Amino acid sequence: MTTDLLKVEDLSFSYHNLSGETAALSHLSFSVKKGEFLAIVGPSGCGKSTILSLLAGLLTPEEGGITFYGKNGRKPGIGYMLQRDQLFEWRSIWKNVTLGLEIQHKLTPENKKKVEKMLEDYGLSDFAKKRPSELSGGMRQRAALIRTLALEPEILLLDEPFSALDYQTRLTVSADIARIIRSAEKTAILITHDLSEAISLSDRILVLSGRPAHVKAQVSIRLTLPDDSPLAARKAPEYTDYFNHLWEELSDEQ
Amino acid sequence: MSNEKTSETQLEYMQKHRRHHRLIRRARLALLLCFLILWEFCADYGIIDSFFFSSPSRVADCFVSMVRDRSLFLHIGVTLTETVVSFLLVTLLSLLAATLLWYSKKLSEILEPYLVVLNSLPKSALAPLLIVWLGTGIPTIIVAGISVAVFGAVISLYTGFLQVDAEKLLLIDTLGGRKRDRFFKVVLPACVPILLSNMKVNVGLALVGVIIGEFLAARRGLGYLIIYGSQVFQLNMLITSILILCAIAMILYQIIQGIEHWYRKKR
Repeated sequence: MTTDLLKVEDLSFSYHNLSGETAALSHLSFSVKKGEFLAIVGPSGCGKSTILSLLAGLLTPEEGGITFYGKNGRKPGIGYMLQRDQLFEWRSIWKNVTLGLEIQHKLTPENKKKVEKMLEDYGLSDFAKKRPSELSGGMRQRAALIRTLALEPEILLLDEPFSALDYQTRLTVSADIARIIRSAEKTAILITHDLSEAISLSDRILVLSGRPAHVKAQVSIRLTLPDDSPLAARKAPEYTDYFNHLWEELSDEQ
Repeated sequence: MSNEKTSETQLEYMQKHRRHHRLIRRARLALLLCFLILWEFCADYGIIDSFFFSSPSRVADCFVSMVRDRSLFLHIGVTLTETVVSFLLVTLLSLLAATLLWYSKKLSEILEPYLVVLNSLPKSALAPLLIVWLGTGIPTIIVAGISVAVFGAVISLYTGFLQVDAEKLLLIDTLGGRKRDRFFKVVLPACVPILLSNMKVNVGLALVGVIIGEFLAARRGLGYLIIYGSQVFQLNMLITSILILCAIAMILYQIIQGIEHWYRKKR
């Protein structure tokens, strides 16, 4: 029995400046189940990133609310992956991946060991002492993921984390990262404008309308996978139907 | 280089590179020598009046005699101490002030016009005022040195702080950091290169301020020697002092550039 981990109800938010206000979200409602991989797609500039900022608590909702159902009724930990890896060049990879622990004063031997284990699992342990510029784009993105996972969040917010990568790297890294997230049994919310990425990575896709955004359609994804290569989902028989369906939903908006 | 043996073309390239640098070094030295020889020649053959224009040999004589009676070390020491102290204070004060401005956007908005005015004010105009307030002596001169450099330093450092990538700051927020973490984990380390290049400008400006101060309010120092030399028509002494100033300015600049290189290698 899967239960809701978070519920967004009737959420509205506007940005203010002197020339007026811009409504970003209008009466947005959706929920996410524990362990689910949700993708959010929508026309560009529709306020997708605003949703993540609200979920992460970086912004406060103007109307409506977000309810979390964490363990023992506590708010679950939230990890946030940004568009670019934002590894700091003045820190070694080790110092970068432990940045969150350092900020939260949680650099215990136990946590350090966990991070070391992750570096090893994701093939980065040889690079711990290197500077970010010495790593490839895919490795950098994995390091950024470790930095996020080091704080052991229950929910991962991914804000187009692959958009800065070239296409080939993007396919492998996104498949890699999705596998890591699934094996760690995390709940994830991915924002993307790439429909094929959304279909191949997620369990469910939320289609947003143009600004102010509300939920236009929800599509559950079930794919019959021929193999487990990064391209597998794109080769699945259902893939084209999903793609066309989502394409139509989005095209109505523009 | 990945392959053990360096290829022919690579060797050729490196040789070309070395040759180029040797040429530049030699040309620089030749230019200096030409200038000195021409100067000496013109002075010796009366093309220029060596009483007003001095000559390399006279400068050398003056230098040696001032080294002999030890007065030169005193003057250089005083100017150098004043410059280094005001440079260090400028660096410290500008860092503190820029930090404060970064922490409080309101404060920075309130103070902005005052900073702009103080920065564009010709600081030499302040020197007489400083003499009245602080008397003649080393503190006045150090304050003069600080006043020339500090406002520009605050403005450029603060501007550097503001140019830090907003998404890097957002990252700190997503990791649960506070404003202090934003500053110490991102803003400050990201701005070390700016701080260092700022220091190169500051050391020159501090020297300018110190010399202005010494013109007006000193009994020691190279600035005093220059003024004294012009008043008693000791042009040899005056020009010697100016050349020593050139050397000091270059050495101070090189020291900071050395620190900059060390920092770049370290990261």
